[in-house]
Amino acid sequence: MGKLNCTDYYMMDQLLSEEELMIQNATRDFVDNEVMPVITEAHRKGEFPKHLIPKIAELGYFGANLPQEYGCAGLGNVAYGLSLQELERGDSGVRSMCSVQGSLVMYPIYRWGSEEQRKFWLPKLAKAEKIGCFGLTEPDHGSDPGSMTTRAHKKGNKWVINGRKMWITNGTIADVAVVWAKDDENVIRGFLVEKGMKGYTAPETKGKWSLRASVTSELVFDDVEIDNTTHFLPGTKGLACPLGCLNQARYGISWGALGAAMNCYETALKYAGERLQFGNPIARYQIQQEKLVWMLTEITKGQLLSLQLGRLKDAEKMKHQQVSMAKRNNVWVARECTRLAREILGAAGIVDDYPIMRHMMNIESVYTYEGTHDMHTLIIGADITGLEAYRVSEDKKK
Amino acid sequence: MKIGVLLKQVPDTETKIKIRADGKGVEEGEIKWVINPYDEYAVEEALRLKEKAGGEVVIVSAGPARATEAIRQALAMGADRGIRIDTTGIEQDPYTTAVMLAGAAKNESFEIIFAGKQAVDDDCAQVLIGVAEKLGWPHVTPVEKFALSGKTATLQRPVAGGTKEMIEADLPVVVGCEKGLNEPRYASLPGIMKAKSKPVAELKASELLGTERARINVTKYSLPPERRAGKIIPGEPEAAAAELVRLLREEAKVI
Repeated sequence: MGKLNCTDYYMMDQLLSEEELMIQNATRDFVDNEVMPVITEAHRKGEFPKHLIPKIAELGYFGANLPQEYGCAGLGNVAYGLSLQELERGDSGVRSMCSVQGSLVMYPIYRWGSEEQRKFWLPKLAKAEKIGCFGLTEPDHGSDPGSMTTRAHKKGNKWVINGRKMWITNGTIADVAVVWAKDDENVIRGFLVEKGMKGYTAPETKGKWSLRASVTSELVFDDVEIDNTTHFLPGTKGLACPLGCLNQARYGISWGALGAAMNCYETALKYAGERLQFGNPIARYQIQQEKLVWMLTEITKGQLLSLQLGRLKDAEKMKHQQVSMAKRNNVWVARECTRLAREILGAAGIVDDYPIMRHMMNIESVYTYEGTHDMHTLIIGADITGLEAYRVSEDKKK
Repeated sequence: MKIGVLLKQVPDTETKIKIRADGKGVEEGEIKWVINPYDEYAVEEALRLKEKAGGEVVIVSAGPARATEAIRQALAMGADRGIRIDTTGIEQDPYTTAVMLAGAAKNESFEIIFAGKQAVDDDCAQVLIGVAEKLGWPHVTPVEKFALSGKTATLQRPVAGGTKEMIEADLPVVVGCEKGLNEPRYASLPGIMKAKSKPVAELKASELLGTERARINVTKYSLPPERRAGKIIPGEPEAAAAELVRLLREEAKVI
């Protein structure tokens, strides 16, 4: 059997199939050869390395866990997770691109689109002939998307959309946006809005200190008219649909965050072995060892968490609260690892000769998007106590 | 066109080699195994030829069970099927390896065979030549450019001093692939998914070898001596240079 080509203290590779190992190895090679050499410069310039999109698509990373009949790779969920781990070891922006295209755009079309919509969109999105984005969050509605104000008014065989979405990955470069809006009965529905449609604009959000190698945008809908047959996702009904998409993406993030954590840990371990102070490598000193051991232990626990979650997902037994736990834990671990690695690297940790602060800044977004750390705490809390801490109505407060 | 590729699984080039206690081999436990990097050029060139001329790419490797992983990787890149000659319990040297691979190739009646110019583990660079000899074919190695027109291959080899040698060879021919010949593709995710259902046949080494036996007996492996720490000569450049020359002359006795 092959081996995992990454931090693997608990011989997790013994729990993986040959195919899963090959996919991890292949993605690692791809990231080492294609992403690592360009990512620092992309981050400096604040630009997404667009030339990577066709390469990533050609290798089958977009919607990789969706079925082959729609031009996708048909991966199991653990292989898919391992590939996202390696992509985020490169950069959270690159992994975000894949998560959005696959889990937030292709997945809802696959799950709630008509057969015509699936056949039309999925192969194109898999090949990156079309880029997608996902519009749920609004300027005033983040953790509470159910209170969204974007509206879709039915007018004959058309829908008219009005409203604004914010913090949308890929918005400006997207050819198609999966947009969530309330219909005339206040039910949340999903729509496809295409670039160039009258009244639709997607200005880029500037001045980011995080996910700099990724495009973030606002989406503005001003009387955008779309066709009911082709651009309304007929299976969508209620908040559960966009949340279902987020569960797919959160699952991937739980793996991805480990990739960023591993890159920090592996960098810090190497640095500590080479950096001499008081005549010894600093790896000899107990305080540095404690930091390295903490990182390794938490990464190992996170790996096992995501692995079992992936097995549950494949068996269709995964609960969304379990996804919350893995996303919450692993992103937190990554966040802590970036800081510990920065400490070990000392001053060297602040320059972009090393990936540490790039990951540190990226993870701040990941900590907040796709359900904040705190929201996931409350979701798990509600699950085990039966008491929701957040949707407390005015009546109950009294 | 039926295209053969000779492939060897070797330790990853970053592996820290440990010698076995009996000195007759290396510890395999911790090794991460990969396709010999030069063989990746061979796989890529074979796939490109197939894309132009049609046909089939068959990977042939002589090795223990783990060698199947390397074959699978080539299948994930796009090769059609594999053959592993099981060498468990066989004394393998470049000669026996060539005999076995040539035997397997003969059964397949390939029209052309690509191989890496050498394996990066033992660096013998003998097997592809041996295979050509046993098949009665010409071989050209190392090849940095390859083109095929009809049944005639045009091959470019580097010669000392930067000169290029252009060779024409009629098929069948064994081609030893050099770095720069091409840029090997990555295995795609669908490619990896397909690889598991592609057939890998197993042949017995003893049947291919008949009465042939290894001709090389390795008596002992040893690691190179550890490099001594370098010496830094302090001071102004001029004085330091003078001191460097003195040391090279008087201590190292190399000038």
